[in-house]
Amino acid sequence: MTSTGEPAISTTGLTKQYGRIAALAGLDMEVPRGNLFGFLGPNGAGKTTAVKLLLGLARPTAGTASVLGATAGDRAARSRIGYLPELFRYQGWLTAREVLGLHCELARISGPRRAAEIDAALKTVGLEERAGSRVGTFSKGMQQRLGLGVALLGSPDLVLLDEPTSALDPVGRHDVRDILRSLRERGVTVFLNSHLLSEVEQVCDRVAVVDHGRVVAMGTLDELLGGDTVRVRVVALEQRDGLGRFGQIDDEGEWLVVRGIVADRVPELVAELVRLGGRVYAVEPRHESLEDRFLGLLGNP
Amino acid sequence: MTLSLVIAREILREASRRRLLLALLLLTLAVIGLTGWGFSRIPTLTVAGQPMPEAQVKATASQLLILVMFMFSFVLSLAAVFVAAPSISSEIESGIVLALLSRPISRREYAIGKWLGLVALVAIYASAAAAVELAVVGAVTGYVPPHPVEFVAFMVGEGVVILTLALALSTRLSAMVAGVISAVVFGMAWMAGVAGSIGAFFHNDALVRAETVSKLLLPTDGLWRGAVFSLEPTAVLAAAGSSAGFAANPFAALTPPPLPYLAWVAVWLVVVLGFGIWSLERREL
Repeated sequence: MTSTGEPAISTTGLTKQYGRIAALAGLDMEVPRGNLFGFLGPNGAGKTTAVKLLLGLARPTAGTASVLGATAGDRAARSRIGYLPELFRYQGWLTAREVLGLHCELARISGPRRAAEIDAALKTVGLEERAGSRVGTFSKGMQQRLGLGVALLGSPDLVLLDEPTSALDPVGRHDVRDILRSLRERGVTVFLNSHLLSEVEQVCDRVAVVDHGRVVAMGTLDELLGGDTVRVRVVALEQRDGLGRFGQIDDEGEWLVVRGIVADRVPELVAELVRLGGRVYAVEPRHESLEDRFLGLLGNP
Repeated sequence: MTLSLVIAREILREASRRRLLLALLLLTLAVIGLTGWGFSRIPTLTVAGQPMPEAQVKATASQLLILVMFMFSFVLSLAAVFVAAPSISSEIESGIVLALLSRPISRREYAIGKWLGLVALVAIYASAAAAVELAVVGAVTGYVPPHPVEFVAFMVGEGVVILTLALALSTRLSAMVAGVISAVVFGMAWMAGVAGSIGAFFHNDALVRAETVSKLLLPTDGLWRGAVFSLEPTAVLAAAGSSAGFAANPFAALTPPPLPYLAWVAVWLVVVLGFGIWSLERREL
């Protein structure tokens, strides 16, 4: 469970066609072990399809996927995977403890370990006081917490979470972020399927952005948000010849935005602006948010 | 415990928690109470002012018992359809199956577990209800059918056949559609049995062949005839001889189903359950 060696997830040309609709159109992706990996995309981008293919719940039309060193869907590998589906539903006639007990049995967690596993899961997701309540009486948020508890049973090496906070309030979302961080500290690989950019930005080590079934960008957050951006408030700039050598130049009224500039060259940029007749009032670094980058990648500036 | 048995246990736990068992218990007790009272009136009937002879009491009780058990088999089969049709399809529609099948359990084990649980449910209910009904009838009329164990086996078999069909269909169809199809073909099979009996009476080979084909395609009516035979007193069978009129009666059977037919029923169950497993294994979830 280190970041070296064989990746936790690897896909090559993974494709899923539903009739004439391509839910996934050649997904190439690697998730290093021990990473908290964000899988981002708009609704209908193919995120849930990808997770189902990784678990063998759906079969690929083309391409290959390996999970924890085995072919996706492999039975032995599944015993080391925890999964919270986007459509989280559990047997309403069972209590929370019984649902967890059932999944312990299916995951072949040995009898003596079960009680401790169940207690730990209930504590982690904050359902200790409702352990004996029927799931049918739970709110959606509580059911999602239970689903997260189910996914954490048996100390899995890989946890696949499909929109794990969609039904949670802000407190619940904060709790989930803490859980995700603790999983990372334990070396567990987490595949976080989400369209909540702030959530991904706060916790993920690496991110893949998927759109129309294809990865359009992948890397660490630093790589994805790429280089430095500087905003310069400059007036009376008569011409801009040669500014392109500093980076990508965008005009935002009185502000000139230079993307991808190397920090050491900022003084040189300012000098050049002055040389070109500009009067510089402010120079400030700007960090591009994941949302900016996401919208840019999807062609929605 | 194998994973199939875990899934099977959950069927029984669901039936208990969702009060299915309680509803069946109360309704069955009510029916047994009412029919028991009805049977208890038979020994008090008179013929020409004289109490009915014991042999006639038992013969009357046997025929009435067959009618009651026909209704019971009908209700049992429909109840089996109602329980089996949503067993897999509702878990697929609700998403419960996603979390279950992401565990190291194969779809084959899951489907077999569902089937085992449903079979256990039908067997427990049919055996208990039939045993109590037969005991009550025996207590109030003195009539005990000649083959009570075989009768229960045939009833359970009928329920298992129809639940297997509903379960197999529900791997692809919604619970509503799978249930409706199963209930309709059950009724058609019974009607084909009646038509075959009429064909036998009028020596119409086409009707008899249609009944034979129907019994092979869905063996519920064939098993029902076995249940009827198990309930008929020896004296009634002896009196009927090889009467064509007796054979034409859908509530009568001159002979039990032959062993090759019972072997076919076993093959049918394996094939239909196998189809259900095959279908589920290829379904996208």
